[in-house]
Amino acid sequence: MIDRMVDQITRLGAFVRFSISGIGHACLMFLSVLGRSVGLFKRFRLVSDQVFFLGNYSFVIIAVSGLFVGFVLGLQGYYTLNRYGSEQALGLLVALSLTRELGPVVTALLFAGRAGTSLTAEIGLMKAGEQLSAMEMMAVDPIARVIAPRFWAGVIAMPILAAIFSAVGIIGGYLVGVPLIGVDSGAFWSQMQGGVDVLKDVGNGVIKSMVFGVAVTFIALYQGYESKPTPEGVSLATTRTVVISSLAVLALDFLLTAVMFST
Amino acid sequence: MHDNYNMQINTSGNLAALENVTFSYAPQDRNILEGLSMSFPKGKLTAVMGGSGCGKTTVLRLLGGQVKANTGKVLFEEEDVGQLDNQGLIRIRRKMGMLFQFGALFTDMSVFENVAFPLREHTPLDESSITDLVMLKLNAVGLRNARDLMPSQISGGMARRVAFARAVALDPPLIMYDEPFAGLDPIALGVTARLIKEMNNALGATSILVTHDVPETFEIADYVYFIANGKIAAEGTPSDLMQSNDLFVRQFIDAQPDGPVPFHYPGKSLKEDFGLSRTKHD
Repeated sequence: MIDRMVDQITRLGAFVRFSISGIGHACLMFLSVLGRSVGLFKRFRLVSDQVFFLGNYSFVIIAVSGLFVGFVLGLQGYYTLNRYGSEQALGLLVALSLTRELGPVVTALLFAGRAGTSLTAEIGLMKAGEQLSAMEMMAVDPIARVIAPRFWAGVIAMPILAAIFSAVGIIGGYLVGVPLIGVDSGAFWSQMQGGVDVLKDVGNGVIKSMVFGVAVTFIALYQGYESKPTPEGVSLATTRTVVISSLAVLALDFLLTAVMFST
Repeated sequence: MHDNYNMQINTSGNLAALENVTFSYAPQDRNILEGLSMSFPKGKLTAVMGGSGCGKTTVLRLLGGQVKANTGKVLFEEEDVGQLDNQGLIRIRRKMGMLFQFGALFTDMSVFENVAFPLREHTPLDESSITDLVMLKLNAVGLRNARDLMPSQISGGMARRVAFARAVALDPPLIMYDEPFAGLDPIALGVTARLIKEMNNALGATSILVTHDVPETFEIADYVYFIANGKIAAEGTPSDLMQSNDLFVRQFIDAQPDGPVPFHYPGKSLKEDFGLSRTKHD
């Protein structure tokens, strides 16, 4: 009985130690990525290539999802607003929902599933194929040459993709609200124009998506870099990327919303 | 037979050496290398041979500073690699070229860009000079016309040759080869062996060849170390080793399934497993 208890406590202790050392390791790597990013200003091409790459990866899924989320917002928003005779505010509802919340969050979740997994698999396979070791042996730091450009590319790409998502979503909301249901077009746009604050709503949404960009891209890169260099290791790391970054996005969203929109 | 080689070492000097090195990947793991000492004289092609998992590749990783010895010294140009900081490691790695087991080509770059990579990273050369140098290296390995292909479009043997061109792009004084013959067809194998020897002679480089292919290695190596159980089991020139009566050397060279390296994984005997070890009186 006592032996079993000791065993359980030992396991719990090992788990806690393992988790804390994992977090510490990730923090060290994060600092290392930041520290080795200075040289990227001289070679911005490395970052811009990755922005193009990641953007292309995610553009279609982001645009199509944005359109359908906009459709649904148009329908659901009209249904609710109509009860109170406020269907003129449909444009405002769609725009605020997208810029403040759905744009950054859904884009980050989709980005984690599309570009994040691809980043993890790419880095993991580079490790398994000894490409990172080869780079190290060529006196080239893999963190500076491979990880840092991809990290900043993710941070830059995320707000752009979120903006595309929100813009396409608003068009979706318009298509359902105005031509399909018959909400007044002028009211749709003017309510939106009058009610959306550039700094408070759009600006905070951009900040949110940049924070999500940091979190999702770093988690994806860290999982790839630390994956076991085997097919099982890379596949596990890819799964972990989706799970951890999705949870991180939702948790961060709550924190950021509490801080940004509490007043 | 070792005296002759040691005399050569003393006259020409070592580019790299291991002195009484012990190594394990984690403190609780068994030692992969156990008091290992080796010398790699300048301008010579030295082979490190032994069965799979005997620690051959670890020797290269120690020399490149990718792992650190638990005890002992790993010397490159008389500097202890284990004591170097990050900048020191970058400095010595610029003097090393390494050919990885399966080439380790960057899959998102063309053949040309792979070979150009170290030149772009470490030299201020303009594009036309880089192009000339890359073409020269690719010509040396017979792949000048494959320059625009991607690594996924070339065979394993060709990938090895591209990696070879990349490893020697900066004309390093030390070239390390990790299992360069693994998985190659006889033609590619012969081509790779010839390239290693020619490159060693042409560049005057010091080469370390980690492998378990006996015929090709004995054809080109100046000196051979055999590793078993983390220690040197035998050493000598290829001709000395061919005539050796050492049981381990004979088993390895003659590809015998059983000998000092047993066929069966150690454990219970067959009789014990089948319950035949009891006598009738039991």
